[in-house]
Amino acid sequence: MSAARAAMLPRPYRITRVRRELRDVFTWELEPADGGPPLAYAPGQFNMLYLHGVGEVPISISGDPAGATLVHTIRAVGAVTDVMRKLGKGDEIGVRGPFGVGWPVAEAEGSDLLIVAGGLGLAPLRPAIHHILAQRARYGSVAIYYGARTPADLLYRKELERWRGRFDLFVEATVDAADTSWAGRVGVVPKLIDPHQHRFDPDHSVALICGPEVMMRFTVAALQNLGVPDARLFVSMERNMHCAVGLCGHCQLGPEFICKDGPVFSFERIAPVFHAREL
Amino acid sequence: MKLLTRDRFDDLLHLLREQGYRTLAPTVRDGAVVPREIGTAAELPIGWRDEHAPGHYRLLPSDAPDLFGCVLTAEPWKAQLFPAERTLFTVTRKAGRLTFTAAPPDTTRRALIGLRPCELRAVEVHDAVLRDGPYADDDYAGRRAGALTVVVNCTRAAATCFCTSQKSGPRATAGFDLALTELVADGPHRFTVEAGSATGAALLEQLDLNDATGADRAAVDAGCARAAAQISRRLKGAGLPAALLANLDHPRWDEVAARCLNCGNCTQVCPTCFCVAVEERPDLAGIEATRSRRWDSCFNPAHSYVAGGVIRNNTRSRYRQWLTHKLATWHDQFGHSGCVGCGRCIAWCPVGIDITAEAQAIRQGAQGD
Amino acid sequence: MEPLKPLDELLLEHPFFADMAEGPRKFIAGCGRNEVFHAGAYLFREGEPADRFFLIRHGSVAVELHVPGREPLVVDTLQGGDIAGWSWLVPPHRWANDARATTLVRAISLDGKCLRGKCEEDHSVGYEVFKRFIPVIAGRLSAVRLQLMDVYGDPGQRR
Repeated sequence: MSAARAAMLPRPYRITRVRRELRDVFTWELEPADGGPPLAYAPGQFNMLYLHGVGEVPISISGDPAGATLVHTIRAVGAVTDVMRKLGKGDEIGVRGPFGVGWPVAEAEGSDLLIVAGGLGLAPLRPAIHHILAQRARYGSVAIYYGARTPADLLYRKELERWRGRFDLFVEATVDAADTSWAGRVGVVPKLIDPHQHRFDPDHSVALICGPEVMMRFTVAALQNLGVPDARLFVSMERNMHCAVGLCGHCQLGPEFICKDGPVFSFERIAPVFHAREL
Repeated sequence: MKLLTRDRFDDLLHLLREQGYRTLAPTVRDGAVVPREIGTAAELPIGWRDEHAPGHYRLLPSDAPDLFGCVLTAEPWKAQLFPAERTLFTVTRKAGRLTFTAAPPDTTRRALIGLRPCELRAVEVHDAVLRDGPYADDDYAGRRAGALTVVVNCTRAAATCFCTSQKSGPRATAGFDLALTELVADGPHRFTVEAGSATGAALLEQLDLNDATGADRAAVDAGCARAAAQISRRLKGAGLPAALLANLDHPRWDEVAARCLNCGNCTQVCPTCFCVAVEERPDLAGIEATRSRRWDSCFNPAHSYVAGGVIRNNTRSRYRQWLTHKLATWHDQFGHSGCVGCGRCIAWCPVGIDITAEAQAIRQGAQGD
Repeated sequence: MEPLKPLDELLLEHPFFADMAEGPRKFIAGCGRNEVFHAGAYLFREGEPADRFFLIRHGSVAVELHVPGREPLVVDTLQGGDIAGWSWLVPPHRWANDARATTLVRAISLDGKCLRGKCEEDHSVGYEVFKRFIPVIAGRLSAVRLQLMDVYGDPGQRR
């Protein structure tokens, strides 16, 4: 089968575990149904997940790249993902991938890392975090800044708390609003990035940013203000996808095909179209 | 350069069919010239002359003897190599297990007879998108490998043509298997024939034709020059991509949006448009489903839907997407323009929007700044 | 117990005053005093006269809105280095929110009423104060607008 054909034909995978993360967010662990080798992927890449009789959606891979199972964290927001929420252990789906350009974890070696996530944006960054922690000595200071809607919406909360407990990692989280039982920070994610609280060298930092576009916009502005060069800021973009291989034309943002030129872009590259409206 | 007399045209068709090619050529259907399978030269649009203008297409009777007297087919040739609808795979679910079966590749050999030089250029543009990238559309690649191109150079231009600006005509210089030019004056009704590939050369060998004379060659040059001289529309290419991308908020976009009906005709008749939507068709029993792709258009509101809404949520942004992709970002993506200058979009736009005029208006506005 | 630093020196440590000229700074220090709030105590409450504002030296303060019949909603948290309270600058000089210490909080409170008077008297002091407050308020406004957008909310329900 040609490489092109393989990229268009899903492979059957079986759900081995379902974990409910938040009210409308769940995580699948998957294995190839034919018992073959696990999928090799780079942090930041995505798969097209196919549901028989329903359709196909692009979902970032959110597992540990060194792990044995394929992990996807999915939010139920539409026709396909709403049905996906009803699936359970043993159900089969189709997987095509991995696709896309991932986070520059190799190029970032030697630099300080600023990992900034908002909402579900923590899911595509999770493989990068695992990779970085597994090679911790290759990086400078590492900070994770995370924002969610409310304390009940903090994704991977237990894992975040575990990471926060490490001595070689700075982790800070905030929420948009909370009741008084929340003892943590309230406010927007950019506000968390404070050189007085955690030191980093802007000229030698790499920022990996993922979340709703508005959140990424404000985060980029805050990091630019702190002196991080555009070439060292990385964002993960999202657009409508049908084929994931640059043939259907839907995911274009200006000259970029999000599926094959991205979804991760340096801000230097994406800047001309990032702020353009309705593009 | 060889010479094929009119009365031997059917020999060419016969030879192609003998070699296993389905012979596709322009023919009249329902008042329009479209590419379809033909058996003999008699099925070509003889006695017809096409008239193109903004928002206007007519077939008028003509007493000229030309086989290829109509300049441009109404339907683009792209449907032959890139069909409007195509199954990608079928999937069966039995006892919860899924089995995926790719659709068999198309191995049909097709002779595309009567491609205009701009249409050949459009095939090359599609090659870059659908065949030569990191991922190929294997159906397109298969059909393309089995396709034989018999270009017919232009000796008459339509009012909507602007191939000269896009360097895609009126004469094809390379990339074809065979290129013909029809000559009806200064001698018997004849075609000059050039081979552009080993396959084309082999066919010419088999046809055993006489050489074209110096006068024939001169007549071809004159005919193509006449077509070039008839072209009235211009698309000034130098600096156009940068001018368009630097003027995403030019008032002209609002102005054209007030005229554009968002019907998507332009994307349908454009020979280089390639957007497709992928769809799921389950059977009623929930056992077998088919996944297929069909032509889509950036004028479709759902084209830019993401969870939370449609990004290009109005005609203005959608028209801008079409124009800036075709004339500007296509350069960034593939290294050349996405427009071949065939002018079909101008003829088939119900309100006659002219892509060359819109591009010029924005460029002029930019220079004025 | 360690000897307390003069208030003027403490102000210097605070980012808000770090680059202020000595004259206006000493002037303002004259309106200040050290404060300590235990966890749960309120720095100020909505509706009360806004006569003081606070430079937080250490600890965390929740800015809250009280909603009848419901738990109060925390809309912002302030840390060491932040300013709490700007209503003292704006008529009718009444607090717009509650501010509750969520941990032990050490702060310098500045007499807003006294400072308002001094700003009227000496416009150069007034300029120094307003120059520093405008960016603080602008930053809060910008953040609140972003919070209002509910970017993480359900696409169907989002504003």
